[in-house]
Amino acid sequence: MKMVLKRVGQLVVVLFLVTALTALLFSLLPGDLAEVSIPFGSDEQREALREDLGLKEPVFVQYGRWMGNFVQGDFGSFYRQGNVTSVVDRVKSTAPVSLQLMLYAQVLALALAIPLGILTARRAGSAVDKGTNTTAYALLALPNFVLALVLAYIVGVELEWVPPQGYVRLTQNVGDHLKTMVLPTVSLAVGQVAIYMRLLRTDLVATLQQDFILMAKSKGITERRVLWRHALRPSSLTLLTAAGLNVGTLIGGALILEIIFNLDGMGRLIFESISERQVVAIQSLVAIVAIAYVLVNFLVDLLYAVLDPRIRRG
Amino acid sequence: MAEQTHPTSTASLQTREDGGLLADAPPEVLDIQPGLADGTGPTGSVKVEKSKGKRLGVMGWLALGWMVLVLLMAVVPTLFPIPALEERSRDAIVSGNFGPQSGHWLGVDGSGYDMASKVVHGARASMTVAVGGITFALLIGGFLGLISGYFRGKVDTVIVGAFNVMLAMPALILALTLATVFATGDNVSYARRVFIVMLAIGIVSIPIIGRIARANTLAWAEREFVLASRLLGTKTPRIIWREVLPNVAPAMFSIALLGVGVAIVAEGGLALLGVGVPASITSPSWGNLIATLRSQLFLGRPWGVFAPSVAIFLTILSLNYLGDVVRARFDVRESVL
Repeated sequence: MKMVLKRVGQLVVVLFLVTALTALLFSLLPGDLAEVSIPFGSDEQREALREDLGLKEPVFVQYGRWMGNFVQGDFGSFYRQGNVTSVVDRVKSTAPVSLQLMLYAQVLALALAIPLGILTARRAGSAVDKGTNTTAYALLALPNFVLALVLAYIVGVELEWVPPQGYVRLTQNVGDHLKTMVLPTVSLAVGQVAIYMRLLRTDLVATLQQDFILMAKSKGITERRVLWRHALRPSSLTLLTAAGLNVGTLIGGALILEIIFNLDGMGRLIFESISERQVVAIQSLVAIVAIAYVLVNFLVDLLYAVLDPRIRRG
Repeated sequence: MAEQTHPTSTASLQTREDGGLLADAPPEVLDIQPGLADGTGPTGSVKVEKSKGKRLGVMGWLALGWMVLVLLMAVVPTLFPIPALEERSRDAIVSGNFGPQSGHWLGVDGSGYDMASKVVHGARASMTVAVGGITFALLIGGFLGLISGYFRGKVDTVIVGAFNVMLAMPALILALTLATVFATGDNVSYARRVFIVMLAIGIVSIPIIGRIARANTLAWAEREFVLASRLLGTKTPRIIWREVLPNVAPAMFSIALLGVGVAIVAEGGLALLGVGVPASITSPSWGNLIATLRSQLFLGRPWGVFAPSVAIFLTILSLNYLGDVVRARFDVRESVL
């Protein structure tokens, strides 16, 4: 419990520093923000925007105001010619898409990596092991956006098995939803499979040489059970660590793949905001992503303590 | 964020099927490894890769050869027998054949521009951004890591804290923020935007390289020869420069090779997000080629995307392989990474 409190304290500090850093960076943006956001607006509109954003006040006051709004769920607005749309509404519709993509990819990656890791560890040194490892090594050098475009072309454009771009909501049509998500999911998962599989393989090769495995085998437990129950268990910590470290890559990958596959997620929203110079929106969106990342890592740390009694007590 | 602990050392887990290599290994292979700060100590297993690492091997030479080729593309693109960047092929457009053909051995894009030419000329921007960014990160991150690991105490706490805050943001998001703030706007020159993309990639790499430099320094600074040097009255900067740095350098170099690969991907990612190296007919980069030509792919003209994709893939593959060779050659322990 003491550990949890300490971690929560750290969490608050990190969240403060990350948002303050973002705010500070965006305050360095050259030029008049009102000018940048609505280049064709009238002088009155700009004046109203300056007033609205508190641009005349010092940075820390702006940050305080932004933070105050942010924690109350007001993420600012998109300022366009004559109309103002709320960022929150867009986030509500786009965030689930990004989360779905990351979740699917993570599940697929683990579903492939765990059996492959076990297979290669059990047959370490065999042709299967070498072949799988060489493939994984090559896949590590394949950026997800490259894989995405190759898949989109072959499966989407040439073979026409699935639509190469676009998004269908899960609630609209489950089949179509899965069809639009399969390419982004595979593109995002493949690199992760390679990472998890290699980690699990090295981990298992070491575990299988330990005495408790010999013990289990000599008790007459089937090899399958020894592998899946006894040997895999200590590796769950390694996989969890890797998954935690990978979240950053996963977020970055998801944002880029959304742009390639035209999925209406956070990545596209950020892309739009950048091309339209919607600075307020970008600041909030960046903060949302960063906070999500920090929170996930925090949860991984907690889960770690739950799984490993040594950490819980220490 | 709290420091992630790695429960197992991945380096030492080579299988033993090639055991016995140790017998005819040269003496330096048997050199005693530094004890680790976390008390894991030397691992007893035989390293297969180490003996292989003595020689580059066929793969190694191929990787090195490709990297030399890429560097030649970046430095002297005129060396290659390729059409000019502005030259368009009427024949390709008229015949509708955009694939590899005589005179255009990597095909042409949807507008008839030669892809071999674009890839060769694009190497300069991509490599400038990637190598420049990682060099910057090596200098700053390496310096901070050495200082932090050597002096420990308060300096260490502050520097590690700063690293952790930087790592608390997803790398792409941080790079995106930096590039958006400093490199967007109408009157920002090409050189400035390239410089900012480079700097953004460099800044996000600082904590990664810095942590590795620090972890290695922690292990090496405790060694007897460092203590001996200190007792002989050598000045601290000289100890760090002459005794610690040469031992930490291989680990930093090996991760830097991997880092250049990651940076090339990052350049592509930033280009796709619209804040990368600015695209025009005469200023290609591998990333902005993919970003601008991807719409043609969906119209059934994939060659514009394929050529730079292959270049990126081969470059990262080569860098990863060379990084592994360096790591094996100098026996960098991954548990310290």
